[in-house]
Amino acid sequence: MAEVLVLAEHSGGEVKKVTAELLTAARRLGEPSVVWAGPGAAEGRARLAEFGAVTVYVADSPDFAGFVVAPKAELLAQLVAEKSPAAVLVAGTTEGKEIAGRLAVKTNSGVLTDAVDVTAGPDGPVAEQANFGGAITVRSTVRAGTPVIAVRPNAVSAEAAEGAAELVSVGFAASDAAKGARVTERVAAEKGARPDLTEAQIVVSGGRGTGSADGFKVIEELADALGAAVGASRAVTDAGWYPHQFQVGQTGKTVSPQLYAAIGISGAIQHRAGMQTSKTIIAVNKDPEAPIFEIADFGVVGDLFKVVPQLEDEIAKRKQL
Amino acid sequence: MLSLNIVVCVKQVPDTAVERTLTSAGTLDRASLDGLINELDEYAIEEGLKIAEAQGGEVTILSMGPGKASESIRKALSMGADKAVHVSDEALAGSDALATSLVLAAAVRSAGFDLVICGSESTDARTGVVPAMLAERLGVPQLTLASKVEISGTDVTVRRVSDEGYEVVTGSLPAVVSVVEKINEPRYPSFKGIMAAKKKPVRVLSLADLAVDPGAVGLASAATGVADFAVRPARAAGEIVTDEGDGGVQAAAFLAGRKFI
Repeated sequence: MAEVLVLAEHSGGEVKKVTAELLTAARRLGEPSVVWAGPGAAEGRARLAEFGAVTVYVADSPDFAGFVVAPKAELLAQLVAEKSPAAVLVAGTTEGKEIAGRLAVKTNSGVLTDAVDVTAGPDGPVAEQANFGGAITVRSTVRAGTPVIAVRPNAVSAEAAEGAAELVSVGFAASDAAKGARVTERVAAEKGARPDLTEAQIVVSGGRGTGSADGFKVIEELADALGAAVGASRAVTDAGWYPHQFQVGQTGKTVSPQLYAAIGISGAIQHRAGMQTSKTIIAVNKDPEAPIFEIADFGVVGDLFKVVPQLEDEIAKRKQL
Repeated sequence: MLSLNIVVCVKQVPDTAVERTLTSAGTLDRASLDGLINELDEYAIEEGLKIAEAQGGEVTILSMGPGKASESIRKALSMGADKAVHVSDEALAGSDALATSLVLAAAVRSAGFDLVICGSESTDARTGVVPAMLAERLGVPQLTLASKVEISGTDVTVRRVSDEGYEVVTGSLPAVVSVVEKINEPRYPSFKGIMAAKKKPVRVLSLADLAVDPGAVGLASAATGVADFAVRPARAAGEIVTDEGDGGVQAAAFLAGRKFI
């Protein structure tokens, strides 16, 4: 069976959830091999085995953390040349897409980004993409080179399957050309205990209807009651009521959680572009004509400052049962 | 003072506020849509203008697209850019990211550059790969996803945003920078700027002018292809209730029914 390379996303030896999703997709195309750039492979190995990794190529070089993107693309290109894989899968994060782009140029291959599903087809992998914010579903193939596919986190359900996950050390030294953009400092955002916006099972987002930074706190409270990530509409981030990196929509993050709660969000097309592939959508808005109700599975027309606290109380009560 | 050659890549895209459709070939139906400057590219233009004002230099707008893209080029010039290069060739229609980056790299090289600035992605294709591809093709530092850009001598330092926070990244000129939203507040063209833009030079280049093989670009030779596509069935509206004092309770009941609580 043909080998399929999966670039692992990891931090401190911990394998990120998207890697399990990539391995699940890779198993449909062939035999998955993980590419592990940086330290921590020994710690991550068990998790990779659980999702069917056959081999784990380990290149433990400080250059991956020391320089932006280019060394990882170089490592993948080296392995593509050595192993002639059937495809390369990377996480469809902003950085993953950049790695995919550079790899595509290096190997003169087609690159598909934001895949929400990957299946085997007669002419190689078929990637399903949700374009224009999910309004159109496109199935694409790669016609040249080694297919490079960036798969959106949280889109494919990770399914366990046993694999040997044999660690194989790979010799790698980044070229001078790949060391052009040096990382001199890393500053972690204050994240608290909430899940990552793009990986969360539940996202609670607030819009203009929250009225102020203070009013937006009701969104955080509901999110915490549900164990959810917090999102915001552009009106909120533009007004400075909530940090910009939490914006959901055309110019912000695209999310596809199991549940999306749109609170005080009218649901303009630019916002829907970032969330309409969510599995279930609920909405609270005082305007019965708000377009968000056209796509909501359940909606409450009413004052969010009355409805949401009551919903929180109800969640608390049900938790005690 | 340095005199920097700054090239800002600008893409004309359909308005995101209207519905976008695909042609039978699976490419975006651009003909039926009004175009405007890709929003993130406006931040790129503003950043280029600010750097030129602070460091000295010239801003060249680079756009690849059909004749209609000249509207966006004029707007960029009216904001204050000095001149423009418009790569326009029928053979380019349907080009994917790999081909787009090939053509842009050729055009950047031919224009000469110290700094290339792009928006981090377009609102139509949203692949987000082109700036990184340009850096790869040009063989220069990739200083992308910047929420802040500082130039000191020949060093460029950016604040690179990520899901985890940000990284401070440094490289030397020449370099490719891509910017994210909110890096600045793009200026509006002034009346004077609009008048001046009419006289600014726009070079229209074909693939032959750039010595790019037409066989390497366009829909027919794209490295990726659309197998099929379907308009996603519209989400049917579900149950909408009006709050009469128990809206929160009803919402909780719905969530419990779906096992979310």
